Amino acid sequence: MAVFTVKNENVQGKAVALDDLILTKDYPTAAGSKMLEGFMSLFDAEVVPRLQNAGYGIAGKVNVGEFSLDVLGETSHFGANRDQNGNLVSALSESIKTENAFACLCTDSNGTPRRAAALSGLCYIKPTYATVSRYGLVACVCSGETVGVMAKTADGCAEILSVIAGHDDKDGTSLPQNMIDSAKNADPICKVAVISSFMNGLSADMSEKVNASLASLRANGIEIEEIDDSVLPLAQPAWNTLSAAELCNNISRFDGVKYGYRTANYKNIEELYTNSRTEAFGLLTKMQLLYGSEVLSTENYMPVYDKALRMRRVLCAHFSELFASYDAIVLPACSQTAYVETDTDTAYNESLYTAPASICGLPVAAFGGIQIIGKAFSDYALLSLVKKTEGGAAQ
Amino acid sequence: MKFETVIGLEVHVEMSANSKIFCSCGAKYGAEQNECVCPACCGMPGMLPVMNRRVVELGMTAGMMLNCRINRTTTFDKKSYYYPDLPASYQTTQWFAPIAVDGKVKIETDNGEKFIGIKQIHMEEDAGKLVHDDWTDTTLVDFNRTSVPLIEIVSRPDLSSAKEVIAYLERLRALLRFAGVSDCRWEMGTMRCDVNLSVRPEGSTELGVRTEMKNMNSLSAIEKAIEYEAARHIDAIVSGTEELVQETRRWDDIKGKSYSMRSKETAGDYRYFPDPTLMPIVIDDAWYDAVQATLPLLPEDKAALYMEAGLEEKTAWQLVASRRLCDVLDAAVEAGCPIKDAANWIFSDCMKLCNREKLTADELPVNGQDLAKLIALVKNGTVTRPNAARVLAAMFKDGVQPETFAAENGLLAGGNDDRVDAVVKQVVDENPKAVADFKAGKEKAAMALFGQAMKLLNKNCDPQQLKEKIFAELAKR
Ligand SMILES: [Zn+2]
Repeated sequence: MAVFTVKNENVQGKAVALDDLILTKDYPTAAGSKMLEGFMSLFDAEVVPRLQNAGYGIAGKVNVGEFSLDVLGETSHFGANRDQNGNLVSALSESIKTENAFACLCTDSNGTPRRAAALSGLCYIKPTYATVSRYGLVACVCSGETVGVMAKTADGCAEILSVIAGHDDKDGTSLPQNMIDSAKNADPICKVAVISSFMNGLSADMSEKVNASLASLRANGIEIEEIDDSVLPLAQPAWNTLSAAELCNNISRFDGVKYGYRTANYKNIEELYTNSRTEAFGLLTKMQLLYGSEVLSTENYMPVYDKALRMRRVLCAHFSELFASYDAIVLPACSQTAYVETDTDTAYNESLYTAPASICGLPVAAFGGIQIIGKAFSDYALLSLVKKTEGGAAQ
Repeated sequence: MKFETVIGLEVHVEMSANSKIFCSCGAKYGAEQNECVCPACCGMPGMLPVMNRRVVELGMTAGMMLNCRINRTTTFDKKSYYYPDLPASYQTTQWFAPIAVDGKVKIETDNGEKFIGIKQIHMEEDAGKLVHDDWTDTTLVDFNRTSVPLIEIVSRPDLSSAKEVIAYLERLRALLRFAGVSDCRWEMGTMRCDVNLSVRPEGSTELGVRTEMKNMNSLSAIEKAIEYEAARHIDAIVSGTEELVQETRRWDDIKGKSYSMRSKETAGDYRYFPDPTLMPIVIDDAWYDAVQATLPLLPEDKAALYMEAGLEEKTAWQLVASRRLCDVLDAAVEAGCPIKDAANWIFSDCMKLCNREKLTADELPVNGQDLAKLIALVKNGTVTRPNAARVLAAMFKDGVQPETFAAENGLLAGGNDDRVDAVVKQVVDENPKAVADFKAGKEKAAMALFGQAMKLLNKNCDPQQLKEKIFAELAKR
């Protein structure tokens, strides 16, 4: 399958690719779903004019898994990308590696871009929540998703991040400009903690990859401490609960009535809703919808959903405690170096690694099989740290 | 066995906020279908809600007017259901922390004063409208009304008769209109009401089976529906012919009956959860105090003040039926106009013009300062009373300044108006026969000259002055 769903053959300026959750008025935006195939937005996402006004060109729209909830784009209605061995290869990283985009803006709703960068030798920054506008993003998990930047180098990520980050009145959660600017003056990262329990479930080659990156950090003078922690793994069930519920709500607008896919097969409004959605959504999305609507039911709200909200607070407080002793937390980006077969459980299971930063809205840099989670507004400090390792072990 | 009726109301009121609750679309009445829409209120992907601050202030105002406690941290929640008039398939409303709670409203009943409890007031967005096209047998959607800001006022089940319900609704309407929260017009749907009703043996403390009648939109329908529904409940309990079930019923005002909606209301689970795209709204003391400072007196207190200032009781109550009339009167008085004069002008000339232009009192287009100026011009003889009516008409239409308009259009009394003098001379010169007739004692001949002069002046002059000038000119011949 093609890396781009739409490619701009006539790019003016440095080319930046956009994942297909970022709405553009000049190109269709499908979010990897049959539901939105050919959908033309009436407006551009806030990040688009920010890039254009800074002289960058749009390389095209990059194929993503349906609502980017999956492991590496395998659930896209337009097909998955694979290498000659049948391994999944994310179109996000391919847009840079084979299509020569300078960078790719990737929405991190369930960790896909972090896995993609960590497995492909690229760098990705998921910035602090609410420092990049979410205006014009096909919303999936509003409370945690963030537009981030993938590039060959940490400098490339920082360059584009500084262009897209900034306050936006059109996004009610957007932080004030002075807070966003404070990221430029963050303290450097000297001491990090690796959480040992997360290292247990890795494949052998993944362990090796992670250890190589840790060695590179150490070689660059970073103090690394291995600690055990029983709280961070709890981010996974909490995140999966919140994200499924929000997804369920956000994509309920895709009902076949106003735009997007409409079934040919209906006699009344109920059938129009049911058949349109049944025919257009993929299995992973449907599983999330079922789970999400279940956790929001009157019966389950307090014991499940509200508990997940409270877990988010516990986790954020816990991160603060960790940050009192360490500048950043290192976790593997995923459990394997390659994925051939995935099922609906794989994405769920892989969120073990990506959920902690997502649920607390913390900035995280991914490269060389690992992710480094920093405190809020440490975005550029994380990238400086990654830069130190470049040319070294990160393969 | 004697029964008592237990009624609670949910009243929806459309707020007068100029724009929609989460986008900048206007919300004007009578616009073309789908004229007042944007990607946000059409539920397009990628749009995020941006809170309209004015809506929060009107919500606070409503809460304060109904003696509620204002939640200093108030939040929005999403309520999910599928219906084609709800473009995002969720409604943004307040479920967990509404703007105002625990209020009360005083009403007058046959047995004296009674307080009706207010459980809560919450802010929310309205849904669109479905329009059925019989010709093509299709249903079309109009999104003009989606995201128009509403408040829902939920009463406690403290009402016990149709009469009390009417008194309560009229009181709500008066308070909300007076505070500028809403124009509360039943006929335009800016005030609507859901009636929850049950009956129980008198003295019982347990509630009976409750039915709900939704979207009632007139006081007379509400009154009839309550009487019908209470009788139906009592009949069902006494005779046992019908089993009462908790349900939503539709009131058919023409047939005078309520009907079960027979809807598939099996699930009814709205999956409320906090909206992560809207930050909690924190009302600090400064904001709270600023809104409180804008609260008007209660209508009855205002009327009492007017009476003290010398207005008749009837006039005072007529004034407080509309905040706009009070504002115009107050501004006129502030500008030095005697209160009785201002009230006279408002209820004579101003309301006459309003009726002619099909405007409500709330839409009275003149401001108090200008009205005071016009009244002063009349009082000091600068403009005659009939001419003043014409100046006022121009003030209505074009917002002109009274003294400038009167001067530019020859409506000043006794002024040295060359234009009028010239026309008078011309008319008298051109009509020697009329002059001769007048001299011969035919007074009517002067009126013919007057008519002609008036025509030439396009009626832009003071008739009394013109008459005097014609007689003066004739006397010279
Ligand atoms: Zn709008």
